[in-house]
Amino acid sequence: MRYLPHTKKDISQMLGATGFKNLDELFSPIPEGCRRAEPLKLPAALNEWELGSLMEEMAGSMAAAPEYRMFIGAGSYDHHIPASVFYLLGRSEFTTSYTPYQPELSQGTLQAIYEYQTLVSRLLGMEVANASMYDGASALAEALLMSMRVTRRRWVAVSAATHPLYRRVIKTYLRPIGCEIVEIPYSADGALDISALDGLGEVAAIAVQSPNFFGCVENLETAAARAHAQGALMIASFTEPIAYGLLKNPGSQGVDIACGEGQSLGIPRSFGGPGLGLFTSRLKYVRSMPGRLIGKTVDLEGKRGFVLTLATREQHIRREKATSNICTNSSLCALSALMFLASVGKTGLRNLAQLNRDKSEYLKAGLKKAGLTLPFTGTTFNEFVARIPADTYERLLGKKIIAGAPIGPYYPDLADCYVLCATETASRKDMDQTIKELAS
Amino acid sequence: MKTSSGTTGLIQNEPLLWEKGQEGRSGYSMPRRDVPRTKLDERFLGPAPDLPDMSEIDVVRHFTRLSQWNFGVDTGMYPLGSCTMKYNPKINEKMASLPGFAGSHPLLPPRFSQGALQLIYELEKFLAEITGMDAVSVQPAAGAHGELAGMLIVHAYHEKRGKQRSKIIIPDTAHGTNPASAALCGYQPVAVRSNEEGIISPEQVEAVMDEDTAGIMVTNPNTLGLFEKNIKAIADIVHAKGGLVYCDGANMNALMGIVHLGRAGVDVMHLNLHKTFSTPHGGGGPGSGPVCVRKHLEAFLPVPRVVKDGKNYGLTEDLPDSIGKLHPFFGNFGVMIKAYSYIRSLGAGGLKKASQLAVLNANYMKEMLKGTLHLPFDSVCMHECVFSDQNLHDYKVITVDLAKRLMDHGYHPPTIYFPLIVHGAIMIEPCETESKEELDNFIAAVKEIAAEAKTNPENLKNAPTRCKVKRLDETSAARNPCLTG
Repeated sequence: MRYLPHTKKDISQMLGATGFKNLDELFSPIPEGCRRAEPLKLPAALNEWELGSLMEEMAGSMAAAPEYRMFIGAGSYDHHIPASVFYLLGRSEFTTSYTPYQPELSQGTLQAIYEYQTLVSRLLGMEVANASMYDGASALAEALLMSMRVTRRRWVAVSAATHPLYRRVIKTYLRPIGCEIVEIPYSADGALDISALDGLGEVAAIAVQSPNFFGCVENLETAAARAHAQGALMIASFTEPIAYGLLKNPGSQGVDIACGEGQSLGIPRSFGGPGLGLFTSRLKYVRSMPGRLIGKTVDLEGKRGFVLTLATREQHIRREKATSNICTNSSLCALSALMFLASVGKTGLRNLAQLNRDKSEYLKAGLKKAGLTLPFTGTTFNEFVARIPADTYERLLGKKIIAGAPIGPYYPDLADCYVLCATETASRKDMDQTIKELAS
Repeated sequence: MKTSSGTTGLIQNEPLLWEKGQEGRSGYSMPRRDVPRTKLDERFLGPAPDLPDMSEIDVVRHFTRLSQWNFGVDTGMYPLGSCTMKYNPKINEKMASLPGFAGSHPLLPPRFSQGALQLIYELEKFLAEITGMDAVSVQPAAGAHGELAGMLIVHAYHEKRGKQRSKIIIPDTAHGTNPASAALCGYQPVAVRSNEEGIISPEQVEAVMDEDTAGIMVTNPNTLGLFEKNIKAIADIVHAKGGLVYCDGANMNALMGIVHLGRAGVDVMHLNLHKTFSTPHGGGGPGSGPVCVRKHLEAFLPVPRVVKDGKNYGLTEDLPDSIGKLHPFFGNFGVMIKAYSYIRSLGAGGLKKASQLAVLNANYMKEMLKGTLHLPFDSVCMHECVFSDQNLHDYKVITVDLAKRLMDHGYHPPTIYFPLIVHGAIMIEPCETESKEELDNFIAAVKEIAAEAKTNPENLKNAPTRCKVKRLDETSAARNPCLTG
């Protein structure tokens, strides 16, 4: 086996040096009752070339662009990734290192994640970002837990137009500690029903996704004012960070914690994972934040360097009193996001965000013209909801066109509705054809 | 110093990103605009985020230089205890980037995702076989997430039986994530001390186990690198009082093909695909932390589950007792591809051999160094061995000094000051992918440093001298945090 360097001679010398007769004897401390009776039943080992053929066959069975035209987002977006990002991410000094516990040998990761914390804070207009969470859903769950620590209150309010699968993850996290989740309804235009935010009482946080699951942009400022008036924290979540190349950022609207999914920033969809949990907050709450933080410091000679810091919040020091149990995070995906943001830059991100909106508006206008019903009138970014008969959706699937994700399973009153997405990768030609198919 | 792999070369300085951008540059190829421009409602329009504008070569040089300040498994031996820093095969990376996998969307009807569902289904079966458990969910995104899944399952089990419990037994050798994960389920940790052999004794568990205790969290092999050989007797005690046995499987690299954890009395456990199953750690993640259970807990696993009907793979949500969803989709699929590739490349024989050689390497390391460093528990170890700095105290040298000096020799230091029960711990996990020559060179470096501690202790105090930076001021970093620039 090419990953195992030991020759027979090595093994016999090492056994000799340690006083064992054979490899089995190394396992003498393991009682008979804990051992396997027979060898593992696994398929026979494959060589590199056999493995390649097998995996290509499995990967080849998946529906993917460009063979399929995908107008589907719903938390996992199709964006171009520059070749330079993909290439740089393959630097094995980044990929094959561990968490930077020994800073002198990890300055590459440490400076990069410090830069990531900075650019993510700037993107969202917030004061501090952590070094990443697993994904957008766990980031939102941790944000809610954090709001309960800060306010010492025991229940939270979450917008019903938050990604339904995120809401299910939150439930899993909050159920065992008996934290109640109140859902804030959406109004006829597809955005949050602001009137439902009054009189919530002793709520720890109001959490609103923007753009929301229907693609609609929310007025976070109004929601934040309502949250603060009731002594609650305002949490803004998102699944599409590219939107903040164009939209007013959460920080400027009074948001206390902004968190969400960063997959759009240079990370392949990869069947939904790994993603990247972006997590930011106001500086005054930093000691209640979950996850790792990188800080700037100096070495013995006064030279700039970076270290893991404020670790007294974390599980390896505080154990059961830690702000979270998270250890391994999504560091390499954070690095992709940083490389992506550095590549597009301020000017590029603005243009890219504008292009996303324009493509989506083009598709939306085309579908409307073709006679489809768009149930919501709210302002959208690169996603929107349309009513499509189920047999039409199926017919398009047969033509390798994915006309959005069904939302009926999550919202019974929107039974025949789909959330469609057009990013910079959607060509006018493909959109025209999709519009034509949906019109017929 | 003899010739070692540690040396100095040209290390390029590199400013922070925003110290080098110039407005008007771009490193991104903007897609063609083939649709008209629209105008966003002023109420929602914000200023463009303040990011640096850089050309492609600026970005490429920046990250290439940063990468050169890092040390990875591909750079050299990385014997970080409890982290299983084994070689990360390159074919696995290639498989994970196959366009059909990398470009796949998680919410398509299953008939469009057969390959991914097959991979998940088979990987879960393989992991069940390797651990000796009955059912697996690969949904948890990391080890601590897998622990949380396990604790949620324990919690749901007691809920279902009609009486929730308030405590959980956690030995002093446990990872910090264990008590933190238990706390997320509202369980109060009850500490159990390991005995003079460095393992837990059944009597100590007997003394604290009661009918208000949900179960026990055992790391096996434990963080001293020792097999908890009383596991079965401990499991019997816990089970007799209606509790469950959780096993932290982070150290599974010692046991593949040898131990059957189901038979050992474990009810639920997690694995770390980024340790035992060779997926790279990425400077801190992403990982994958499958949760594995015996039959009686299968109904509590996260949903959706991947099922097979004839030749077709599908999804089911029909598990009313499930703890729910831990991840919006299926978990870290990209990581699963690499672990699957690893298992298919090694097969049953290769995996067992990997565990045997991991244990051989650790025992060789222990024997070769025990005359040099103090060995608090001298018994046959599993995949790692734990020394202390006791022999160095006479020269006013402590663990951190030895660790930093190892960098000058070209090695990543072992895990230090963990487990907490060994004062000044030095925890070495060599991994099966290191050859005898590599181990011998590392052993020689440790011996040389130990000798140097007697003659020139200041060389250790001043180490490292060959890295990009000298020792860093961590105290002031925490006192006056500067977290963004």
